[in-house]
Amino acid sequence: MSALVVDDDKVVRRMHGKLLTQLGFETNAVENGQEAVDLFTSGESYDFVFMDMEMPIMDGTEATQKLREMGVKSTIVGVTSCNQEAEKQAFVEAGLYACLEKPLTRDAISSLLEQVAKK
Amino acid sequence: MQKQLAKMKQSLFDQGYLDEQFIQLEELQDDANPNFVEEVVTLYYRDSVRLVQNIEQALEKNPLDFAKLDSYMHQFKGSSSSFGAKKVKTECTQFRDHCRAGNADGCKRTFQELKKEYATLKKKLEVYFQFARQAGPVEKACRPK
Repeated sequence: MSALVVDDDKVVRRMHGKLLTQLGFETNAVENGQEAVDLFTSGESYDFVFMDMEMPIMDGTEATQKLREMGVKSTIVGVTSCNQEAEKQAFVEAGLYACLEKPLTRDAISSLLEQVAKK
Repeated sequence: MQKQLAKMKQSLFDQGYLDEQFIQLEELQDDANPNFVEEVVTLYYRDSVRLVQNIEQALEKNPLDFAKLDSYMHQFKGSSSSFGAKKVKTECTQFRDHCRAGNADGCKRTFQELKKEYATLKKKLEVYFQFARQAGPVEKACRPK
């Protein structure tokens, strides 16, 4: 399984990347939504995309929308510490499979994988 | 030496400098990345210098741009939370509350506190890591009581 971490924070990218690698994912990381879209446009694909909501250049909501418009079928999971419900709702409606709280934990990802396996 | 190291770590938790997220970070340390915890903390302090400077500059403006300050602090809080910097995170939250209330004095005061906690944690972790290097690798991360 492959995963793309999309987050403007270096520390978060490092930690989430390591966590996913330990859980068996082949992992890559980019700094913002535009870079994520560019990767998919260039022909790369990932089973999972862990998308931060607030990023410069292109935020998670716009990136998710663009990826879905491109026909990307990856499991896109929002990752945010934002507590603004309206913004989170817009993020989910852009095409997320789920929205998890930041920082990601082993338990949260294991739960997610169980859910995805059932669908 | 491992016992002393465990006591040092326990003390950091008891005094409220670190929270459970630090344990999550420790669990990521493995043979492939035997110094992962120190690496992440070093990355945090290196990367956050720019953000601290941005906030300082933004606090010198008159009137304050609370939306910009809140955005900076959101980033800072996210980074700090990711490795368990509990007191720093608390100050970040308080700062954001002051931003939302449009309280310039509150922002400035809280930022001074935040910088103190940020610097104190750095010193404490430097000592901890120095000790950890001398003590050698631990078998597995231990959850504090």
